[in-house]
Amino acid sequence: MSGTPLLSLAVWIPIFAGLVVLATGSDRNAPLARMLALAGAFAGLLVTIPLYTGFDMQTPAMQFVELAPWIPRFNINYHLGVDGISMLFVILNSFITLIVVLAGWQVIDNKVAQYNAGFLIMSGLLNGIFSALDGILFYVFFEASLIPLYLIIGIWGGPNRVYAAIKFFLYTLLGSLLFLVALLYLFINSGGSFSILDWHQLPIPMGAQIWIFLAFLIAFAVKVPMWPVHTWLPDAHVEAPTGGSIVLAAIGLKLGAYGFLRFSLPITPDASHELAGLIVALSLIAVVYIGFVALVQEDMKKLVAYSSIAHMGFVTLGFFMFSALGIEGALVQMISHGFVSGAMFFCIGVMYDRVHSRRIADYGGVVNTMPKFAAFFMLFAMANAGLPATSGFVGEFMVILGAVKYNFWVAFAAASTMIVGAAYTLWMYKRVIFGDIGNHHVAELTDINGREFLILALLAIGTLGMGLYPQPFTEVMHSSVNELLRHIAISKIQ
Amino acid sequence: MQFVLPDLRPASAELFMLVMACVILMVDLFVKDRKRTLTYVLTQLTLVGTAFVIFMTSTGEVAYTFSNLFVDDLMGDLLKLLTCLTVLIVLFYSRGYVLDRPQLGRGEYYTLVLFATLGMMVMISANHFLTIYLGLELLSLSLYALVALNRDSVRATEAAMKYFVLGALASGLLLYGMSMIYGATGTLEITAVSDALMQGQANRSILVFGLVFLVAGIAFKLGVVPFHMWIPDVYHGAPTAITLLIASAPKLAAFAIVMRMLVSGLVVLAADWQMMLIVLSVLSMAIGNLAAIAQTNLKRMLAYSAISHMGFMLLGLVTGIVGGDARFALNAYSSAMFYVVTYVLTSAGTFGMILLLARAGFESEELEDFKGLNKRSPWFAAVMMMMMFSMAGVPFFVGFFAKFSVLQAVVAAGYLWLAIAAVLFSLIGAFYYLRVVKLMYFDQPKDLTPVTATVGNKVLMSANGLAVALLGIFPQALMSICAVALLRSL
Repeated sequence: MSGTPLLSLAVWIPIFAGLVVLATGSDRNAPLARMLALAGAFAGLLVTIPLYTGFDMQTPAMQFVELAPWIPRFNINYHLGVDGISMLFVILNSFITLIVVLAGWQVIDNKVAQYNAGFLIMSGLLNGIFSALDGILFYVFFEASLIPLYLIIGIWGGPNRVYAAIKFFLYTLLGSLLFLVALLYLFINSGGSFSILDWHQLPIPMGAQIWIFLAFLIAFAVKVPMWPVHTWLPDAHVEAPTGGSIVLAAIGLKLGAYGFLRFSLPITPDASHELAGLIVALSLIAVVYIGFVALVQEDMKKLVAYSSIAHMGFVTLGFFMFSALGIEGALVQMISHGFVSGAMFFCIGVMYDRVHSRRIADYGGVVNTMPKFAAFFMLFAMANAGLPATSGFVGEFMVILGAVKYNFWVAFAAASTMIVGAAYTLWMYKRVIFGDIGNHHVAELTDINGREFLILALLAIGTLGMGLYPQPFTEVMHSSVNELLRHIAISKIQ
Repeated sequence: MQFVLPDLRPASAELFMLVMACVILMVDLFVKDRKRTLTYVLTQLTLVGTAFVIFMTSTGEVAYTFSNLFVDDLMGDLLKLLTCLTVLIVLFYSRGYVLDRPQLGRGEYYTLVLFATLGMMVMISANHFLTIYLGLELLSLSLYALVALNRDSVRATEAAMKYFVLGALASGLLLYGMSMIYGATGTLEITAVSDALMQGQANRSILVFGLVFLVAGIAFKLGVVPFHMWIPDVYHGAPTAITLLIASAPKLAAFAIVMRMLVSGLVVLAADWQMMLIVLSVLSMAIGNLAAIAQTNLKRMLAYSAISHMGFMLLGLVTGIVGGDARFALNAYSSAMFYVVTYVLTSAGTFGMILLLARAGFESEELEDFKGLNKRSPWFAAVMMMMMFSMAGVPFFVGFFAKFSVLQAVVAAGYLWLAIAAVLFSLIGAFYYLRVVKLMYFDQPKDLTPVTATVGNKVLMSANGLAVALLGIFPQALMSICAVALLRSL
């Protein structure tokens, strides 16, 4: 398989499929658009499977590398490659795209071609982000991926969608523009290279490292999102259509965290050590404070959005403890959150499609009319709360273990959220699912159909599989994570 | 005194255009057809012919003629070629609009456009301050008349008046500055001025005094703050076909005269004029982007956006010489050139879109008129979206690489704070471009009239949109062309 440009295929198949879907035009061809989108998403997923099966776990080096000059004038290259950190996200993203296309199958009946094309194109761009090894290539994918999501939220979103879409776009653009200045600074000071791998080796004085780190931090903190720049996320999630929420939660939030691993830690290791306290503090605020904010939400999507912020707090916390346990735990948490939050948003979408409300108070006793759905929802709620045997447990447990070694009180604060997390998730579950039938809407509910069952089953397999047997996920990370740790332990100040 | 016939070869394109413009002026007298198809076709053929002549006579060498009043070099050839092509596109886009409005579609329209183009070409090839002035006046006077062509429109007449008065003031400033330069150096020939300054004999305070007026005059023509007042009114008041002309090709000529006067002529004073341009640039980005937010008229919004874009472009010009070191000059100036070329392409597309959607009795120039365009025509909504994202500097569109190349020049020159200011103002700018996308995609249309433009217009508009996207994916070729053209000319 060495000759096949797998990563290019993973990037461009969805994008071209998206353009083909777009060409089907008006809603008269909606069934064709859906079929083409499904085929494109499936093909996109298929080409990513050899990335796992052909992956060499022994080496921390980049694999499946493709290198071609793109803009020689500025030494910008079309440079793709994955290591143990990024490879799983390419697969996860392609998988989630399939889920999203299925999730919108019957629900979206307005501008079907544009809807599906938006997700396919975004999927290709997101794969590009995870596999880009050139700073500008990364940036181009990073920023271009805003456009489809902006349109998806704005066209198919809820009543306040315009505000949410523009807020989402401008917030993330703010971060990425400063990121661009940092990239240019590195370009100039590395003697004209945009290669991320070259930058990893570049010695940088402390003062500059701090500034670069802060520029990276703004870009990635907005994306993660970290407290206090998280406010765009609840708005975006609440207004986005189900598919948009799934992609945003499952993949969108991972971009910022991935950026920390690919840029902040290896390029500015000394600044990372210096400012680790700040990140740990912000992460703990996200974990604890946002956990309590989630507790009082009346809107289910908002609740899950805040719970996402809290979960991502675990991820950034794990990164900045500089231990293998912390970073691997954070990576596991990211993938697990991809399954679980995607599933939670899909579950809310299932109910919303029937009742057209996301308010917790509008439900009650759903288990009486939707027993199969209630069972699935239970599983994902438990995973969201971090119950052992689900994927949610593995990552959080590893991060907390790492934290105990780092600082007991940090670990204590982080562990306390296991309780808060369980509280807000299960309390919501109780109010929505259990009890007597709340109103006539709930009484008229029909249980999930085959398509919804398939989606939930696929996500449940991911959640349970990862919870019961996480080794296939963690073993591919080891050498890359160890190499990263070894790298950031060496000072780059000369 | 013996009469020596000057070498006409370097100026053959200008001569060809001049002759053809006069011929068309004559021919048009005998055209009975209300549509003036013959005049239109001849004008377009002239532009194609001029482009062809430029292409064929381009040697890549620097050639002076008319006693060094005139220079022909690769930068000039490239800019003139692009000017002709831009005007060609402008006339093509404007055809339907002009036919629907009999006041505009008279023979004068075509000849004035040709003379304006000639003025731009003379500006681009000037090697003498007076040649610059000559070209500038030829361009400006043609444009004043073009703005006022629809004499029944109060708004257009007012715009023309304003343009004329302020334009005359700017010309005066420019001339006054030139006279100071002449006083200090004893010559107006740009290369000779440069040599005289290198000697270091000239009186510096007179030079800098003159430079202030020169920069003010240039700033007026470029439309940067605080000399920008005419831009919104003229863009808004002029018929859209004329706005399209003003907003596109003259930016290339303005860039050329900045290069000729400041870089070729007054490079010794770089530290002074760079400081002035930095102030103008930051002010333009600030005021242009902030004022654009408040607009409800698309033409007016694009006028303020033009101000901010010219401010951004200036960033490339101010970073050429760092502390007397010209190492970065080629990088910086070619990035500015790339910026202005791509801006013209995008600007032509956006105003072209207004023309495409306009009908008889309907201007389609309010932002409201773009509501729900995605329902009326998904393809043209997509094209307009590409233009908007390109202007906002979002990849994969060419505007991103334009901003990128200027920013890297700024960072290379060590002006980090300037780069940060520039990106923050771009962020403000992104808001109003996003709002256009919002109107087209998120809002319901006011009327569902399908787009009725001619097939040719639709094809050209699609090509323009695709060019913005494709150049955004493969910008290397155009970047190299700009760099080579400058390398061979400076």
